[in-house]
Amino acid sequence: MFDKDRWQEIFNAIKQNKLRSVLTAFGVFWGIFMLVTMTGAGNGLMNGITDGFKDFASNSAFVWANNTTKPYKGFRQGRQWNFTNDDMASIRREVPEVDVLAPKLQGWNISNGENVIRGLKTGSFRVNGEMPEYNLIDPNEMVYGRYINDMDIHHRRKVCVIGERVYEVMFDKDEDPVGEYMKVSGVWFQVIGVARSKNPNINIGADKKEVVSLPFTTMQQTFNYGNDVHFFGFTARKGASVSETAEKVTQVLKSKHSIDPEDLEATGHFNVEEQVKMLNYMFLGINALIWIVGIGTLIAGAVGISNIMLVIVRERTKEIGIQRAIGARPWTIVSQILTESVFLTTIAGFLGLALGTLVLHAADMAIIAAQAAKTSEEGTFFKSPEIGLPMALIALAVLVITGLIAGLIPAQKAIRIKPIEALRHE
Amino acid sequence: MSNSIIRVEALHKSYVNGSNSLHVLKGIDMDIQRGEMVSIMGSSGSGKSTLLNILGILDNYDAGSYHLDDIHITKMNETKAAQYRNKYIGFVFQSFNLISFKNAMENVALPLYYQKVSRKKRNNVAMEYLERMGLREWAHHLPSELSGGQKQRIAIARALISKPKVILADEPTGALDSQTSMEVMEILKEVNQTGIAIIIVTHENDIANQTQRIIRLRDGVIESNHINHSFKLESVEVN
Ligand SMILES: Nc1ncnc2c1ncn2[C@@H]1O[C@H](COP(=O)(O)OP(=O)(O)O)[C@@H](O)[C@H]1O
Ligand SMILES: [Mg+2]
Repeated sequence: MFDKDRWQEIFNAIKQNKLRSVLTAFGVFWGIFMLVTMTGAGNGLMNGITDGFKDFASNSAFVWANNTTKPYKGFRQGRQWNFTNDDMASIRREVPEVDVLAPKLQGWNISNGENVIRGLKTGSFRVNGEMPEYNLIDPNEMVYGRYINDMDIHHRRKVCVIGERVYEVMFDKDEDPVGEYMKVSGVWFQVIGVARSKNPNINIGADKKEVVSLPFTTMQQTFNYGNDVHFFGFTARKGASVSETAEKVTQVLKSKHSIDPEDLEATGHFNVEEQVKMLNYMFLGINALIWIVGIGTLIAGAVGISNIMLVIVRERTKEIGIQRAIGARPWTIVSQILTESVFLTTIAGFLGLALGTLVLHAADMAIIAAQAAKTSEEGTFFKSPEIGLPMALIALAVLVITGLIAGLIPAQKAIRIKPIEALRHE
Repeated sequence: MSNSIIRVEALHKSYVNGSNSLHVLKGIDMDIQRGEMVSIMGSSGSGKSTLLNILGILDNYDAGSYHLDDIHITKMNETKAAQYRNKYIGFVFQSFNLISFKNAMENVALPLYYQKVSRKKRNNVAMEYLERMGLREWAHHLPSELSGGQKQRIAIARALISKPKVILADEPTGALDSQTSMEVMEILKEVNQTGIAIIIVTHENDIANQTQRIIRLRDGVIESNHINHSFKLESVEVN
């Protein structure tokens, strides 16, 4: 295998027609290069998008109330309504498919101006009311302290969890905020934690970094929201479909509030499961496209290699005849041709792989640099455009197989050369 | 074990080309002894090369029989044929047939490569044979840098390296001037002295006269087959 006499022929063939060899090899090079860069770009897109919500409960949905659009049971159309604590209890009771249920309050009216004050520091932040369960739908990691718990809810404690940006504005660098007090819309709250969302790309109403979260019950009482629930999130139990569950939930709500069951506009909902499914289909489509284009280019490259090998075999007809006459077995000739084919393919492909990886690495560096330079902290939709080691190994395996297949017909042709015919070739 | 290295009986060979069939060998009987040096003569197209190709297992025959070293050679697969060729037969061609991108030493060593002898070992052996041909200092030259006589000596060294029992030479001097032809014949005779049988196809009387036996082909049959008395005379003279 590693005998010099074997490689002599290969290098001789390549050397004798450098331009031809380079042009042929370019096909395979380009195929692999395309496959690598496109897969990397696809992965980058996927990483960028999914990174923003990869921990978000994918079996979840959010539901909110709109004005009615149909008259019903003596009520006029266009009536304003909202959810209440009782509705939550009804859902719990009547829709067993609901697993986590997290009612939410959005303090639009108490988030005006410099509503958060701590000593000389002031800031303008959104105030939301949350249940501990919400952390199961949209998980946070705690930079400091803890998240809202059941005791906070039960005792309506005046505590709050703040977003990272709130911490930056209201506290000194590296200061421990846990146990400190802040005035939030005129009421003192004790900070119990700093939360960093694991799903920074999904923001409802306000950037999660700029939110002060209060225990749901505390907020209802302290800021006079009564029994109101502004909207809520839920997850469906394992095996239950989110959209069917959402349908049941809205029907329960409509019947409690005397709304026409046919009034489709009266509730709105956002089904995370559907969105994730659609994204997955999109990624699948992108990947399929990448492989079709990449493999297509590779096949074109392989056909090129196969052609060049055919030419080489024809040019070498006499030499093959001589080799046969002095004792070369058919297998010696076949393995020679296949080695050449695989060698050409693999070298070309390896260069494609190397250059592709280099381009992806450069892109990755550029993205990281751009992100470091960026002042405003918006979500990124392109991240780590890489191909993994398995993908690289698959690509190499594909190359070797491509080379073998490309060499098959030329090798067949080579062993069909009869020594006498080759020797008569004078 | 009989004393013949090559024994051919009632050998027939036709070339079929579509609906045309050309009957080239029409019943050849021939017996060549171990260590014998024989020439095959005949006009162009009389079937000399065809016969030699069959003897070299490069081609099949249609009828009759062929024994090489008492082994009945019949239709066989190419792998087997390659093994027999490598083991028993050395070829020398009119046009030398060296591999152009291999140097003299590598060309000579090639048959051993097919026997999977290590590169170092086969190159050492090749150097010995080049030495015998007086070409040691040309070992690292490519065929294109050598004269016709040198090329033919390299081809002979290549034929010898696998220690064959018989050397088949198809017009080995056909491309050489008479001076060089004589040098090549001297080498072949020396080789023959070591006990290797040699069959030379030629149409030059000068060449045939240096062999022990001359077989004349004509239209696919053996016209004559007799001991070359001048060879004996010459031998006597030398002695
Ligand atoms: N492969 C072949 N196919 C068809 N005809 C051939 C082939 N080889 C040789 N012949 C024909 O067979 C005859 C004998 O050829 P050959 O053995 O080469 O003669 P020589 O070597 O005595 O000149 C010639 O007429 C030649 O044209
Ligand atoms: Mg001839």
